[in-house]
Amino acid sequence: MNDLDVRDVIIRAHREEWARVVASLTRRFGDLDIAEEAAAEAFATAVQRWPADGVPPNPGAWLTTTANRQAIDRIRRENKRDDKHRKAQMVYDDDPPEPVGAIDDDRLRLIFTCCHPALAMEARVALTLRMVAGLTMPEIARAFLVAESAMGQRITRAKAKIKAARIPYRVPSAEDLPARVSGVLAVLFLVFNEGYLATGPDTDPVRRELTAEAIRLTRLIRELLPQDGEVAGLLALMLLIEARRTARVSAGGELVALDEQDRGAWDAELIAEGHRLVRERLAAAAAGAAPGRYQILAAINAVHTSARDMRDTDWSQVLALYDQLVRLDPSPIIALNRAIAVAELDGPEVALAAVDRLEPQLAGYHAYHATRADLLRRLGRGRESRAAYDRAVGLAGNTAEIAYLTRRRDQLR
Amino acid sequence: MRYLVSVIDDKSNPGSTDRQPAISAFNERLIAEGYWVFSGGLADTDAATVIDNRGEQAVFSDGPFVESKEYLAGVWVWEAPDLDVALKLAAEASKICDRKIEVRPFL
Repeated sequence: MNDLDVRDVIIRAHREEWARVVASLTRRFGDLDIAEEAAAEAFATAVQRWPADGVPPNPGAWLTTTANRQAIDRIRRENKRDDKHRKAQMVYDDDPPEPVGAIDDDRLRLIFTCCHPALAMEARVALTLRMVAGLTMPEIARAFLVAESAMGQRITRAKAKIKAARIPYRVPSAEDLPARVSGVLAVLFLVFNEGYLATGPDTDPVRRELTAEAIRLTRLIRELLPQDGEVAGLLALMLLIEARRTARVSAGGELVALDEQDRGAWDAELIAEGHRLVRERLAAAAAGAAPGRYQILAAINAVHTSARDMRDTDWSQVLALYDQLVRLDPSPIIALNRAIAVAELDGPEVALAAVDRLEPQLAGYHAYHATRADLLRRLGRGRESRAAYDRAVGLAGNTAEIAYLTRRRDQLR
Repeated sequence: MRYLVSVIDDKSNPGSTDRQPAISAFNERLIAEGYWVFSGGLADTDAATVIDNRGEQAVFSDGPFVESKEYLAGVWVWEAPDLDVALKLAAEASKICDRKIEVRPFL
């Protein structure tokens, strides 16, 4: 095996084993700091040794053993295993997780701890990317356009709170599980959206590293909670959006709207996988399981990705799904997206009336003005449309979207 | 693990004043289940006095150490195995007191 191959093996081992190593060390030593540091040291040791000594037959076991040894060394060095330290240990529950289809896996404990509702959302995101996904501090800081020191502090503070307030290292009880899973999914969807709709003047319109990481983590949760419909729904949703990634931004860095996308450039494999998951959830819904919002959003995306072109889209199906979604989540943003389907079925005038009703809640949201601008354009109300595009451009943060909205505005004569 | 559980009231939007019977019943339960260490409602912040004796002589001032719309209306000290247990009880306490609750661990 040459050095390049060894490097690939190490990269793969990092992807596959990082969370497992951190999770099992956290359980053993009751301390996220020790687990994180020892895991990082074990991977650094692998980088040093494997090219010369060869890759061990079971890289995961080697990494865990090495990390364990590093952790014990550190504890001995700091002579921390006195009573005080033991008291400061995290609380964990040795019982296997509740019988909800979950397999007993320390990684699940790690995820629930990192996404604990007592932590601020931004801390949950940072901690999950560091402890579960294994991204480095500079990588996370870059992804969220924050200074490295600020990101480091955010993670340190979160870890300190986990310890001081005794946030447990445990899979929640069956009764609390749905709410806690939905908290985890919110973190993952936020990471995905930050990659998909990256904001900021100097950033790429789509940050692939974040969408990829969000999908990878959601796959992991799916592996750990295979029975959870919303997990399957979120994974399907991400896959169906990711499948259109390359078609969604032009070579010139401009957003390409759904009706203008080259559907041949969509990723057929991701779509097939997404559709498979949606079908699985449809079957569950037919058997009586009430679908949650991610499942419905995934189903809407499945309708879009099943159509050969915009005209071929089954808009009545889209609208029916939005109606279902509105009952679950009466947020104005859902109502705005529903209006887009209304425009296709009942015409732009009816849709515009529905959109205008959302003004008090959405006046500061760029997509509200962009949707209005498009509807006004279709109604031949050029001057008003241009004004709406102006407001949308002023509020939008994504570079590709700004370029698209600007061109649309300038096309109006 | 001990937690200080603070009941926070808001002068501009105070919680209802008929909560005492429900709070007493909740306290009985906390005692029976082994979480209760201490509890007490507090007099109005007007009754507070702040003492600063870090300088030459003690300075007394009338009123709370910080004037704000929100103030501490009462406290509990709970013994709970971890934050999840404390938060679950605190969620109940907030309903029962009709007020916001802060949960803070002791060192």
